[in-house]
Amino acid sequence: MPVYLDHNATTPLDARALEAMLPYLTEQHGNPSSVHRYGRAARAAVDRAREQVAELVNAHPSQVIFTGCGTEASNLAIKGFAALNKPGLLAIGATEHPSVAEPANSLKKNGWHVSVLPVDRQGCLIETEMEALLKLRPEMISVMWANNETGVVQDIPALAAKVRANGGVMHTDAVQAAGKIEVDFSASGVQLMSLSAHKLNGPKGVGALIADKSVEMAPLLQGGGQEKGRRSGTENVAGIVGFGAAASLAKAQLADYGARMRSLRDRLESELRALGDIEIFGAQASRLPNTVCFGMRGVDGETLLLNLDREGIAISSGSACASSHREPSPVLQAMGIDPEVAQGAIRVSFGAGSTEQDVNAFIAALTTQLRQLRRMTGRAVG
Amino acid sequence: MKKPIYLDYSATTPVDPRVADKMCQYLTLDGEFGNPASRSHAFGWHAEEAVEEARANVAALIGADPKEIVWTSGATESDNLAIKGVAGFYGKKGRHIVTCKTEHKAVLDSCRQLEREGFEVTYLDPEPNGLLDLNKLKAAMRPDTILVSVMHVNNEIGVIQDLAAIGKITRERGVLFHSDAAQSTGKVPIDVNAMNVDLMSLSAHKTYGPKGVGVLYVRRKPRVRIEAQMHGGGHERGMRSGTLATHQCVGMGEAYRLAKQEMAAEIERIRGLRNRLLASLKGIPEVYVNGDLEHRVAHNLNMSFNFVEGESLIMALKDIAVSSGSACTSASLEPSYVLRALGRNDELAHSSIRFTIGRFTTQEEIDYAAGLVKEKVVKLRELSPLWEMHQEGIDLSKVQWAAH
Amino acid sequence: MAYSDKVLDHYENPRNVGVLDKSDPKVGTGMVGAPACGDVMKLQIKVNEQGIIEDAKFKTYGCGSAIASSSLLTEWVKGKSIEEAGKIKNTQIAEELALPPVKIHCSVLAEDAIKAAIADYQTKTATKDSKADAA
Repeated sequence: MPVYLDHNATTPLDARALEAMLPYLTEQHGNPSSVHRYGRAARAAVDRAREQVAELVNAHPSQVIFTGCGTEASNLAIKGFAALNKPGLLAIGATEHPSVAEPANSLKKNGWHVSVLPVDRQGCLIETEMEALLKLRPEMISVMWANNETGVVQDIPALAAKVRANGGVMHTDAVQAAGKIEVDFSASGVQLMSLSAHKLNGPKGVGALIADKSVEMAPLLQGGGQEKGRRSGTENVAGIVGFGAAASLAKAQLADYGARMRSLRDRLESELRALGDIEIFGAQASRLPNTVCFGMRGVDGETLLLNLDREGIAISSGSACASSHREPSPVLQAMGIDPEVAQGAIRVSFGAGSTEQDVNAFIAALTTQLRQLRRMTGRAVG
Repeated sequence: MKKPIYLDYSATTPVDPRVADKMCQYLTLDGEFGNPASRSHAFGWHAEEAVEEARANVAALIGADPKEIVWTSGATESDNLAIKGVAGFYGKKGRHIVTCKTEHKAVLDSCRQLEREGFEVTYLDPEPNGLLDLNKLKAAMRPDTILVSVMHVNNEIGVIQDLAAIGKITRERGVLFHSDAAQSTGKVPIDVNAMNVDLMSLSAHKTYGPKGVGVLYVRRKPRVRIEAQMHGGGHERGMRSGTLATHQCVGMGEAYRLAKQEMAAEIERIRGLRNRLLASLKGIPEVYVNGDLEHRVAHNLNMSFNFVEGESLIMALKDIAVSSGSACTSASLEPSYVLRALGRNDELAHSSIRFTIGRFTTQEEIDYAAGLVKEKVVKLRELSPLWEMHQEGIDLSKVQWAAH
Repeated sequence: MAYSDKVLDHYENPRNVGVLDKSDPKVGTGMVGAPACGDVMKLQIKVNEQGIIEDAKFKTYGCGSAIASSSLLTEWVKGKSIEEAGKIKNTQIAEELALPPVKIHCSVLAEDAIKAAIADYQTKTATKDSKADAA
């Protein structure tokens, strides 16, 4: 069994969540819109999951809109909000996921102005730039809670307070944060928050937008009027149930998970430092406990990844969504990382099932590979 | 016999156990749980292979090329993507769309949205049997028409539109043709090339696959362009971003593979059961079949029971799970807009029941259902002042009602 | 839609279904609603010399809530004077049956039906009285 260290790309479904889902594929197969017993059972299951997801992020169940994925949630937040408002200023963080950056950019053709909030070398928003932008009173700001590549965590509650004080709407992509660190929707002050099930050991194909009712949004998907008209389409009942179960488990395990991930991460980072000539991105910033993103000069990341895969180590250079591109990561570029170092970037993301042995196996494989690669390029290790 | 007896297969179907088994291999730690977009390791590659195999299975059922298959979250998204996507891309060429009043809400509401954005939409009336008069379609088409959207099989009354004939018209005039085929996969043979369909919406959960996954078929030759509605990582060749749910794609692929393999025999078995139900219910006085019986899928029977109100009938039939029309609108008190479009009067539209039979329906269940319906219709008619008046020979259409 | 147990009980065992003789001067008939709206209620009361409703019958074309509302109403009006029966409010019916908001109109219809039946009875009595005076 290869070692899987790419949990920020996707996680395996928790077996307990699968247990919860299975009945809703076969014997409890009703359409929640049907009024008969099968339909009502499905509706009840969706409502229960809605409560579980709401609990994970301390939201009210009525604020949960189930979607087909995290990307859809962010599209709904940004484009749904924009559709009901006069074109104005939309600001996004420089290290946003394409599921936020692309819908934002798509609004330009409708007359929206899109501003990018720069980050410092640690990946954190630059306070002075933010203050300057807030003075322009943006209609909406979207900044991710935690970055998928570096794991850098932004101070969302502080930002949300400022945005709201300026009369704007705050959206956050919390796809990578929820289930890994404490995320409190109500206390954070954000009005819109995107979540995804498959990043927290739930199934793929289901996400949610948590939406404060004060924010009006036009639906993206129109038709049957499901989710109170905010998202039409027959509910993915089994998927939603799996999301609910995974959210519940994540909430219950949060403290334990955090502690275990932190200890794996600290182990890994001290081993990496021992290898030398390695830069850990965002090392000074507040980060997710499970994510280590690092780079090395003179190493081609792609080659290294493929060699590591052959050694049975599954990791990535960053976002899975962008893995077909070969340019250095836009996230690392935005942080001002030297392209040569960014080119060799590797992301290790631990998950609930990761162990000390995984760290050992990874370090051993990396050491071997680096030795070979650097020999080829004429550099010595350390 | 498990009660309630499920006779609502057009609302949704259970996942076939064979499909569920296959899906389970792509979820947990001991399966292929990888993200199909992960390029740097075997977890990702294996997931991608599974998605591509599923894509080929979906394509095979409708005679398409796998490259023409775009994964979505379901037929509602496919309909939205097709209609808004075409409008977005071809809006400069023309701003007129033709569709039919009996389309699914996902098509109608997408069209209404476009009307708000300055497009013009012609909503054709179907004939009383539910079918489109092609001359009316031709007459409605204009030089600035960019899209015709007509569903293959109607979700409420099960009538089959002649897609090949419509496709011939649209192709001749260089107009794009979209069809919502959510209700027809596995029930009617589909060949997108023979039918000249340019865009087709498909759903998994109406054909024994999982809920939450669908497909939009987008023709490549001649090439059809759409403007993406979901932006992000650029998945599905930029047409639809969002992580692909491997197990969902696999489930849809397997469900469609089974459908292709088994549909010929399955349709005949189901037709036998439907005809048995029909023969039995026809014995009740004052019942009407809604929609054409001949150009109709084998599994659908939609009947109006005059002088009985539909919701109370459904309540009386609590041992059978049926619907008074489309599941998507069943929470509303409005009579079915589909039946209204056929010219059915309000009373008959209010008293309709849709029975839809499926893979796991047995003859015993059909006989039980038929008996129960007969018994309850008699009971409710005893309660019905309208039935009483009808028996007294009063013409209800001439009565002045104290409407509230 | 989730129905309360009381609605289900009245729906499954409706009380006082039937017909009273329309031509009987002691009988008042009220018919309200319209088939196009999905419900028609026919409510009949038989009033004795003391002005007390001694019998009530109904027939309803409509959803479960409409049937339950009219069934409950026939139970309530029996033994009441027509004045008392005329004071029954739809909110009481809706409350007793725990009707969901979308079904409140059923209780409104029931209130309309008893009012119509009483009015019909009173019209008949008035005509009868005037006839009697004339004779």
